[in-house]
Amino acid sequence: MMERHFDENLQALKYQLMKMSALAEVMISDAIKAVVDRNEEVIPAVYEREELVNQMQVEIDETCLTQIALHQPAAGDLRFIMGAAKANADLERLADEAINIVKRAKTLLTEPPLKPFIIIPEMAMIARGMVRDSLHAFVNRNANLAREVMFRDDRLDALKTAIAAELTDCMTMESSAVSRALNLLLVSRYLERIGDHATNIAEISIFVVEGRDVRHHADRKP
Amino acid sequence: MSADPVISVRNLDLFYGEFQALKQVPMDVKDRHITALIGPSGCGKSTLLRTLNRMNDLIPSVRVSGTILLEGKDIYLPDTDVCLLRKRVGMVFQRPNPFPLSIYDNVAFGLRVAGMRDRSRIAEVVQRSLTSAALWDALKDKLHHSAVELPLDQQQRLCVARLLAVEPEVILMDEPCSALDPIATSRIEELMLDLKAKYTIVIVTHNMQQAARISDYSGYMLLGEMIEFGKTSGLFISPKDKRTQDYVSGRYG
Repeated sequence: MMERHFDENLQALKYQLMKMSALAEVMISDAIKAVVDRNEEVIPAVYEREELVNQMQVEIDETCLTQIALHQPAAGDLRFIMGAAKANADLERLADEAINIVKRAKTLLTEPPLKPFIIIPEMAMIARGMVRDSLHAFVNRNANLAREVMFRDDRLDALKTAIAAELTDCMTMESSAVSRALNLLLVSRYLERIGDHATNIAEISIFVVEGRDVRHHADRKP
Repeated sequence: MSADPVISVRNLDLFYGEFQALKQVPMDVKDRHITALIGPSGCGKSTLLRTLNRMNDLIPSVRVSGTILLEGKDIYLPDTDVCLLRKRVGMVFQRPNPFPLSIYDNVAFGLRVAGMRDRSRIAEVVQRSLTSAALWDALKDKLHHSAVELPLDQQQRLCVARLLAVEPEVILMDEPCSALDPIATSRIEELMLDLKAKYTIVIVTHNMQQAARISDYSGYMLLGEMIEFGKTSGLFISPKDKRTQDYVSGRYG
């Protein structure tokens, strides 16, 4: 087998992405702990991890660029490197959404809880699982898992619609609930966006594996 | 021009004695496009190229079966005028091979062989051919200098000009840049891209990046078989065959 050195570089790129994804997953969990468990102590760590994610984004782009410049990859390798650069951007942006959630948490913590949390923890669990599995699909070239992740995004969207209706009711009934309900609505929106970024990564994975662009199409069946 | 291929190869088998160099090869060459043949040494790509103007006829012990249609007519029919075929389908070789004559006489050679005697007509064609090969400006003041003293890329372009003088339809190029440095190579590549406005080009190249840069269609050959043939972008981004994928991503062997 030729090109061993190049294959090692691609492997290193996979590790970088998995590490970045792991950081982002913990950021999402901690951000939701701040909202749901009213745990203020986890907040500084979310910001620290975001710094690391930002550094990794720059490093991964550099790695991709170097591999293209030095090895002129083609076929599956080219799709992989192109996909890595795109997944990299989605990971960085979904980590930013965790920061947005933490910012809402800080405001929410200044008031008593509005109501028991049911939908937001479920959304957070789904979103985090989508991030983890979309990255798995990407690094392990698993198109079936990628399709399954895309399917889960529908559930996330449905929960977002449900919580929006619920929070609208709260606001209609009690004006003192408006600020808290709006902040929670934003949290649900950030979680939904995390799901969208994970869906992008899943679509990229299918392109890397099959060479088919499935974006903006309706064939999202598992 | 019609959408039909200029050259259409079907079920082509070629034997050198007992050795089968081409196996049931299919290929369509589109008009005014560049088609590249890639593959490891000995895969049959040069052999396939040489069947297109019957250069293999010069080798004893060669047997060919299958069909090669040039604008719908089988070039292996017994009544084929091979000289006319080689005028219609010209060839540029790996090493530039200008005749040891002047630049002018090199380009005029084919015309004189074809019996043209009108000096002003010949001068006109020489100028037009050298212009098409992007040599006129550089060489117009030394047309009577010796061709073999030119730098290699100009020699190679002169060989192209020599072909153009006899107005071919298809230009075959067998690794035309392998003797050239990167700058000379890029000049020949530019020339090919200019020429495809008027001519159909089939090129054999060992340089995959060259195939990717300049060709519209590519065929990957291995052990005498056409493994995959299609649009060059498709072949280099999403090849369908695992063997093509391995070759274009440098994992062959």
